[in-house]
Amino acid sequence: MPFRKPPLESAARRPETVRMPVLGIETSCDETACAVYDATRGLLAHRLHSQVDLHARYGGVVPELASRDHVARIAPLVRETLAASGIGFGDLDGIAYTAGPGLIGALMVGAAVAAGIASAHGLPLIPVHHMEGHLLAPMLETPAPQFPFTALLVSGGHTMLIAVEGLGRYELLGESLDDAVGEAFDKTAKLLGLPYPGGPHLARLAERGQPDVFRFPRPMTDRPGLDFSFSGLKTAVLVALPRAEGEQARADLARGFEEAVTDTLVIKCGRALVQTGHRTLIVAGGVGANLRLRAKLRALAADKGFTAFFPRAEFCTDNAAMIACAGSARLIEGRKPDGPLFTTPRWPLADLRAPGVAA
Amino acid sequence: MLARFEIAGRSHTQQMLPMVHGLMAEASLSFAQLDGFVCGIGPGSFAGVRIGVGFVKGLALSLDRPVVGISSLTMLAQAALDEGALRVIASIDARMNEIYVGAFEADASGLCRSMGPLRVMPPDQFREDAAGPWHAVGTGWGTYETTMRQGVTGDVLHVDGAALPRAQAALKLALPEFAAGRTLAADDLAPLYLRDKVALTLEEQVQLRASRN
Ligand SMILES: Nc1ncnc2c1ncn2[C@@H]1O[C@H](COP(=O)(O)OP(=O)(O)OP(=O)(O)O)[C@@H](O)[C@H]1O
Repeated sequence: MPFRKPPLESAARRPETVRMPVLGIETSCDETACAVYDATRGLLAHRLHSQVDLHARYGGVVPELASRDHVARIAPLVRETLAASGIGFGDLDGIAYTAGPGLIGALMVGAAVAAGIASAHGLPLIPVHHMEGHLLAPMLETPAPQFPFTALLVSGGHTMLIAVEGLGRYELLGESLDDAVGEAFDKTAKLLGLPYPGGPHLARLAERGQPDVFRFPRPMTDRPGLDFSFSGLKTAVLVALPRAEGEQARADLARGFEEAVTDTLVIKCGRALVQTGHRTLIVAGGVGANLRLRAKLRALAADKGFTAFFPRAEFCTDNAAMIACAGSARLIEGRKPDGPLFTTPRWPLADLRAPGVAA
Repeated sequence: MLARFEIAGRSHTQQMLPMVHGLMAEASLSFAQLDGFVCGIGPGSFAGVRIGVGFVKGLALSLDRPVVGISSLTMLAQAALDEGALRVIASIDARMNEIYVGAFEADASGLCRSMGPLRVMPPDQFREDAAGPWHAVGTGWGTYETTMRQGVTGDVLHVDGAALPRAQAALKLALPEFAAGRTLAADDLAPLYLRDKVALTLEEQVQLRASRN
């Protein structure tokens, strides 16, 4: 049942312009984040606390520790974000939270806090799909890309090519059959003895490496289709590892790996654009911060005459700005916070529909 | 006082909001009319406790109200004191062959006061040497009564191994705290986990592997 705000109250508070500030909360994995986004004024404030240091000692994200840290950090973070946005809880028009996919215990923390705020102020509660947040992250930039576009979504948990015809109209073109590309970066980095999460460390090491000393396969590029597979690449790195003695050889190996991964992504992006006929490619997700990937996609764009669009690095990785933005786009789907609290560890992106359209 | 209770198992996410909103409707109150919030902080199911704590944080933070956190063991003990017990050993089954446990007695005004730290431990390591007679309550007793009795020096008069923490008891314990100003801000409300070792660091993983070889 869609939520309707009492008309009198909102009219009293909003005499002239239509402002619909939405608070967004993100706790799906190892960042606690909060943001306020307004349909007319854009992003008003955003804050993030990364748990990277907490999990580094364990060699990866420990779900229970992630949940504990979210619950410890969230209240001051929300308070700070709201103060920075210059509005009060009473000025909000909705509370958005990441409902999935992600670590279920971590998701529940954000959902519960969101439900508390929504209950307290009689506001609609808006469950947001984390990957839709990533997909819409480029909308936080000016100028924002226009629909339709093709999206490359590359993060620690996902590798996807998606045709985006409009809000909530997503067609999965291809995805990884095994490891996500960020995961491949992280695992390779771990093999090289780099700290967790290894992606950015590996990228830094690769800068000092030669591109052709280690030559790795470009998985699944020799046949048609838009799916990916990165687990074989990890095995190839493992086999090559004994030859990577010394600092320069390690850098060469890192470079060889990065070249193989980015080439693979770029080849598939090119194919996807041919298939969709779109003139815009957007890149989202943490691996979208990778500079070599950006450079290669820009070169491809220049060559083929399409536009490559990258959100700034802090909106590539997990953040709440994208959740508040997606929540704002789906404000009409907000629900009264008196029903079951929706969270889900798995949630296929293709299950989404345009706002207000029943599945 | 209006109260609702449900054994939710893993379905707190399903039940909590309808229950709380239903209770508020029954009392004809809005959340903004409340002066403060009382929240169960565990020990118990980590995820379950966090749902309650998260929700209360959201309420208290956005309405700028004080909070009082009450442990599940204290709630159990208070209910037993209210039924005439003098001293109570409250214990909750912590799974993984451990119990959460604490010993309590009534203060002059009949409110539950803890006689020592709340702990998590294997039931066969539990010892309580203070004088009884004791009332024993909670699922820890339900699962490990025979073992736990061996750790108690005084008499154990009465065992209720099915008792569960109730919000009424929390409210009774919290009201004097509000009156005395012993409250928390939303930021400082924290679950009481007791079990703090939940993962091995890389170093510990290496040591464990070495010790196995
Ligand atoms: N410069 C970089 N080069 C390569 N990989 C990078 C770079 N920066 C970050 N990454 C990788 O991005 C991933 C983190 O991205 P993000 O925060 O979007 O994903 P996640 O939260 O792990 O997964 P998801 O969003 O799918 O749940 C990590 O695997 C990290 O190593």
